[in-house]
Amino acid sequence: MSALTPPDPSLKGLQARLLDFHHALRDAGVAVSISDGMDAMRAAAAVDLLDRDVLREALAATLTSSASHRIAFDTLFDIYFPRTSALPGEEEAPAGASPDGSARPGTRDPMDFLSDLIEQLSAGGDAELRRMAQEAVGQFGRVENADGSTSYFAYRVYRHFNLRGMLRRLMQEAGIEDADDLVSRLQVDEFEERLRRFREEIDAEIRRRQVESRGPEAIARRAVRPLPEDVDFFSITGDEQAHMRRAVRPLARKLATRLAVKRRRARDGTLDVRRTLRRALGTGGVPIDPAYRSKKVHRPELVLICDVSGSVAAFAKFTLMFTHALQGQFSRVRSFAFIDTVDEVTDLFADGDFGAGMARMTQEADLVWLDGHSDYGHAFEVFAQRYVKTLTPRTTVLVLGDARNNYRAANVWALKEISDHAKRTFWLNPEPAGQWDSGDSIAMDYARVCDRMVECRNLTQLAEFIETVV
Amino acid sequence: MPTEFSGLPDTEQRLAAAGYLPSTSISTVTYLADRLGKPVLVEGPAGVGKTELAKAVATAKGARLVRLQCYEGLDEAKALYEWNYSKQLLRIQAAAGGDATWAQTHDDIFGREYLLTRPLLEAISVDTPTVLLIDEIDKVDFEFEALLLEILSDFQVTIPELGTVAAVHQPYVVLTSNSTRELSEALKRRCLYLHMDYPDIEREKAIVLARVPEVPEQLADQLVRVVRSLRNLDLKKSPSISETLDWARTLLALGYDSINADVAAQTLNVVVKYQADMEKALKHLSVPPDPSLN
Repeated sequence: MSALTPPDPSLKGLQARLLDFHHALRDAGVAVSISDGMDAMRAAAAVDLLDRDVLREALAATLTSSASHRIAFDTLFDIYFPRTSALPGEEEAPAGASPDGSARPGTRDPMDFLSDLIEQLSAGGDAELRRMAQEAVGQFGRVENADGSTSYFAYRVYRHFNLRGMLRRLMQEAGIEDADDLVSRLQVDEFEERLRRFREEIDAEIRRRQVESRGPEAIARRAVRPLPEDVDFFSITGDEQAHMRRAVRPLARKLATRLAVKRRRARDGTLDVRRTLRRALGTGGVPIDPAYRSKKVHRPELVLICDVSGSVAAFAKFTLMFTHALQGQFSRVRSFAFIDTVDEVTDLFADGDFGAGMARMTQEADLVWLDGHSDYGHAFEVFAQRYVKTLTPRTTVLVLGDARNNYRAANVWALKEISDHAKRTFWLNPEPAGQWDSGDSIAMDYARVCDRMVECRNLTQLAEFIETVV
Repeated sequence: MPTEFSGLPDTEQRLAAAGYLPSTSISTVTYLADRLGKPVLVEGPAGVGKTELAKAVATAKGARLVRLQCYEGLDEAKALYEWNYSKQLLRIQAAAGGDATWAQTHDDIFGREYLLTRPLLEAISVDTPTVLLIDEIDKVDFEFEALLLEILSDFQVTIPELGTVAAVHQPYVVLTSNSTRELSEALKRRCLYLHMDYPDIEREKAIVLARVPEVPEQLADQLVRVVRSLRNLDLKKSPSISETLDWARTLLALGYDSINADVAAQTLNVVVKYQADMEKALKHLSVPPDPSLN
């Protein structure tokens, strides 16, 4: 932040804090314009600053403009506008306290704590959960550093109680095995929700203590994960995957419309006499507003060929998600998957359930020919033999894969034949362009026979590709 | 009744009186939009009460609701204004017989009298308080968004033949979007952003109890928990609030006062509308949870 924030000593208090906060958001990739910043200040002036939730919502309304930015926003808000400090009565990390946590006064026996936690998880409200999380961090999460300072770590907290085992224990305590299936399902949902909230409280508490000892700037940089649209497909977490599923759908739709012949160029169509006369009725028979016959829309024909081997497993998941989304939008999409041989998987993803499609693909599709290492050359060869006749001069072929061929025959001719039969061939490569052609990658050999090979590592790059595809 | 909200508690109360139970984020943004005089862009899944919010604000402020329903191909003539050709023609024909000069006629036919106001122009030209609802803005073409910018930031419309029409009463503008596509930065910057998600358990329960007062509280509680469980599944179409309400009414009509797996299986078609979703939901609700799978 130091480079961005003007060192203006006259700014103090809330104004300075808000400015720092804007800059931290910008650093995290959330585009905050100057006018947004001014609105945020005016909004802060209009609400009750003592109500933290209201302040948070007011700032979120002015500073974010997309649901995907909300995670970064909330994390940074916690850092810059933390909750008030530790519990009343709790010693705040006294320097030089006895090194082994158990001997400190005021700490509870872990077993005692655990049973209290179970009780609060099954019955307590949000406030109790927060109190338990604060206590857990204070008691189990602290580490005395060599220089006498204290740090807090989440893993140390979780080491003391296994959250997964906790769910089972909660279910036993509640005695829900005998209850109706639905009732027990609801109960488990509730426990899971509470455990999730408890985990969030622990993370928030650890962040709060870190900020307290080292200041917001130092923490802000490390605490925020990249925005969902910038996350590498290879390092995606479960939550982000859900976001990606939602974000991929509009992109798929956009791609499909871009590939279709543009429909709204109505002006170069021929005159539609019937509709023109109909419209002229409103203007006393004078055809002021002529109507044209619009051109017929060609439905896009798209063939996807995706590498689903282990080396690109994370990317393959995205690939198939994209395939699935495309098939949901348009009927004339055919998808093929390959590892070292290729098979059609269109039908497997036809019924709209992505998870089931994935499962069926591994069971039913015939993707392995020899040893289960990706073999682009053989896959293209088989495709050229079996399916090339299904390509038409209107088809767009999209290949998704990293072009790492395990030093096998490239069979560039096969891809050339595919691309000769299709209207256009694009290749989306999940590796950074700098690594193409390194090791066993033969990206450039294939790139020569495609219309374009583009790097596609995250949703932003995918969106860019779709923007420029026409 | 004053039209402006005097504070956050006042906003909450008046929205609640209009039959809308706001969450903290909803009431904060609603209040701020009023205070800062900025449009609100509400984004979220279908059926969480985006359009309903605009209606409630109109009721709470005692304002008139002007609604522009967006669709693909919506253009200026349908959204902003249009010249009344037939009336203009009549005027020209009438003038041809008389002794008025062409210049006079020309000035006449481009007067206010010959202008057909469409929702957007109407919202800013009336002199009573107005709530302008631009519904499903993500359905319009990209180019049309640019047309809205002048209205959203300056509350005025420029008509080449007439000049600029500025708002007499600044309307309270609500835009809704299902985020089927990204809106332009320019549009987003002019608005306060409100992401509306499915309500949490307590709020949805309060909504059910407010809208279907005959429902016993225990049933309402179970109901919203089942719905939350369904929303956590990856369904093609998650149940909306209105579907929760429908379900409550259905269960009431059938005389149930609690839900178990069988009752759920029989009536689930009220909230889940696709066959594939149905199978998934039934499986989820009827198989006892196994903690080792979590």
